Amino acid sequence: MGFEITNKDFNKILESLKDEYKIYAPKRFYKRGRFSDTDLIRYDEIKTIEEIEYKEKSQYSPKEVIYPITQTLFYFNEDEFKESTVSEKKILIFLRSCDINGMRRLDTIFLENGPYKDVYYQRLREKVKFVLIECSESFDNCFCVSMNSNKADNYDIGIRFEDNKVTCEVKDDELKKIFEAFGDKVEFELDYVKENKFKVEVPNKDDLSVEFFNNKVWEEYSKRCIACGRCNTVCMTCSCFTTQDIAYEENPSSGERRRVWAGCHIDKFTNMAGGHEFRKDYGSRMRFKTMHKIYDYNKRFGENMCVGCGRCDDQCPQYISFAQCINKVSETLKKGEATNE
Amino acid sequence: MNNPLIPQKKKVLDVIAQTDIDITYKVEFDEKLKGGQFVQVSIPRVGEAPISVSDFGDGYIEMTIRKVGKLTDEIYNLKPGDYMYLRGPYGNGFPIEKYENKHLIIAAGGTGLAPVKNIVNHFNGDIDKVKKFDLLLGFKSPKDILFKDEIENWKKNINLTLTVDNADENWTGNSGLITTFVPNVEIDNMDDVQVVIVGPPVMMKFTALEFLKLGVPKEQIWVSFERKMSCAIGKCGHCKIDETYVCLEGPVFNYTKGEELID
Ligand SMILES: Cc1cc2nc3c(=O)[nH]c(=O)nc-3n(C[C@H](O)[C@H](O)[C@H](O)COP(=O)(O)OP(=O)(O)OC[C@H]3O[C@@H](n4cnc5c(N)ncnc54)[C@H](O)[C@@H]3O)c2cc1C
Ligand code: SF4
Ligand code: SF4
Ligand code: FES
Repeated sequence: MGFEITNKDFNKILESLKDEYKIYAPKRFYKRGRFSDTDLIRYDEIKTIEEIEYKEKSQYSPKEVIYPITQTLFYFNEDEFKESTVSEKKILIFLRSCDINGMRRLDTIFLENGPYKDVYYQRLREKVKFVLIECSESFDNCFCVSMNSNKADNYDIGIRFEDNKVTCEVKDDELKKIFEAFGDKVEFELDYVKENKFKVEVPNKDDLSVEFFNNKVWEEYSKRCIACGRCNTVCMTCSCFTTQDIAYEENPSSGERRRVWAGCHIDKFTNMAGGHEFRKDYGSRMRFKTMHKIYDYNKRFGENMCVGCGRCDDQCPQYISFAQCINKVSETLKKGEATNE
Repeated sequence: MNNPLIPQKKKVLDVIAQTDIDITYKVEFDEKLKGGQFVQVSIPRVGEAPISVSDFGDGYIEMTIRKVGKLTDEIYNLKPGDYMYLRGPYGNGFPIEKYENKHLIIAAGGTGLAPVKNIVNHFNGDIDKVKKFDLLLGFKSPKDILFKDEIENWKKNINLTLTVDNADENWTGNSGLITTFVPNVEIDNMDDVQVVIVGPPVMMKFTALEFLKLGVPKEQIWVSFERKMSCAIGKCGHCKIDETYVCLEGPVFNYTKGEELID
């Protein structure tokens, strides 16, 4: 069961939600893309349905809504630490099923790994309601079916966009009341992608081992990857960060401690005092990332980290395909070449 | 406020110079801890870093910090009465119960001595708790030797071998890499041996190989890892090796696990 709502009415719903919710969706920024004549699609606050770019895949993932690129942890002056604050408003995010599944991976790292919950993540995450954008057809480079993330159940609203109207399934009781006032009830079941053009064969984690770390499949990436880290920043499930202190110019005894996204492909990720550095060559960074996404995380938490959104493949300036890399790992294992011997 | 990332303001009680660039700080601290654990030390405006607790007692901890960069340069200027900002302790620490009544062998290179210093003091103060105690210490050169006073004191109870990589004209003691002294350790009963190795990655690797050559089982060897860390609570990802987080499951690992960790 669902509601059919005209775009005009849907805007009224968005309008009525705006006092209580911050509403985020993929949005098009003209001529701000990788090349001067391309657009950038990333998450931002929206007020109307016309602002939502639902026809294309966003280059950046929705993770930045609750895990911002830079985030102030606390402010300090001579004697005091003051925790940063966030808006009281609830958060509504329009996103696809791969990203809802990706959010669970972030939840696991920030809320379950180690003895403490990450309070900065938690305080935003608790406010979130999901609006699942239906994908009836998959985009280039998507391999969500291979990663089991083509479907998601934990959404509050499911939505199908058409040119002048939307159809919504509303699970959340509070939101349902608002929708009832605007839409006509119709039969509706959300569709999902059952097959991607590109298929990835993920190796069984029991067939992989650290032996494989020394395999020669990684070597080609040493030559091709330029360690720009774009694959890390666009990834829905990359969660690493570094903390930094900032002293205010006008009052140097005051300042703030921040965290900023960090990535395993980028220089200095492992640098230590005394000049020790691990994974100097870029091939071993590709190996580290790949194993994290399809093996290490799985060993620790029981599912693969990568959700197959394909954003890393869309954005790599060197046209390195992570999806093909996973396939290469599987093929090499099948040939029985666990190591180079 | 229950925020594990916000540090506490703690007073520096004493400052003891070890070398030109290594200083031991005695700082007030009340949390319970174990030898081999570390704390996150920070100076607001400058930054934060993991530092091993080298020793501890009622209401205080000691840390020996090398001046190597932004934060540690700033710490270097601290005097008694100044403040440091601490959170922790973090990490697992050494399983010292396992070393009791055993032949304990500790091999430490350079600043690697800091994280094991508390264990050395622990057994030195109660030497009957171990069957035998060999301590191998390696430093780059005579001027890099840490804890000189303590070393003199330890010599009374412990079979201590001190060596420097590069001797100068005044040096009359041992010289050469720590690995060359491993075969000299007299082992009476292999079942009783427990070996702890701490130092730079290369030193740990080759020292462990020497002990394996002597026939020490892997299960009886312990190492402590140092990796870049930012959060110390399993979130930032910097310290991760394979599926292991050094800040959570380490920094101390049994060698059976340690040898499997490939960066
Ligand atoms: C578990 C653990 C225990 C440690 N115990 C001690 C100790 O007892 N005494 C001691 O002197 N040092 C110890 N260290 C190393 C200490 O953390 C670094 O020396 C310190 O981070 C340098 O900070 P800085 O701001 O002065 O240097 P920076 O100006 O940040 O940089 C100097 C160099 O250190 C690297 N670096 C930055 N952050 C870290 C980091 N978190 N860990 C390692 N390297 C980093 C930089 O990439 C650069 O190459 C320990 C490290 C770990 C992981
Ligand atoms: S690794 Fe690539 S495909 Fe997988 S979740 Fe990250 S960006 Fe998406
Ligand atoms: S986006 Fe491509 S070139 Fe850049 S770090 Fe990732 S794999 Fe390397
Ligand atoms: S130091 Fe951040 S995860 Fe270990």
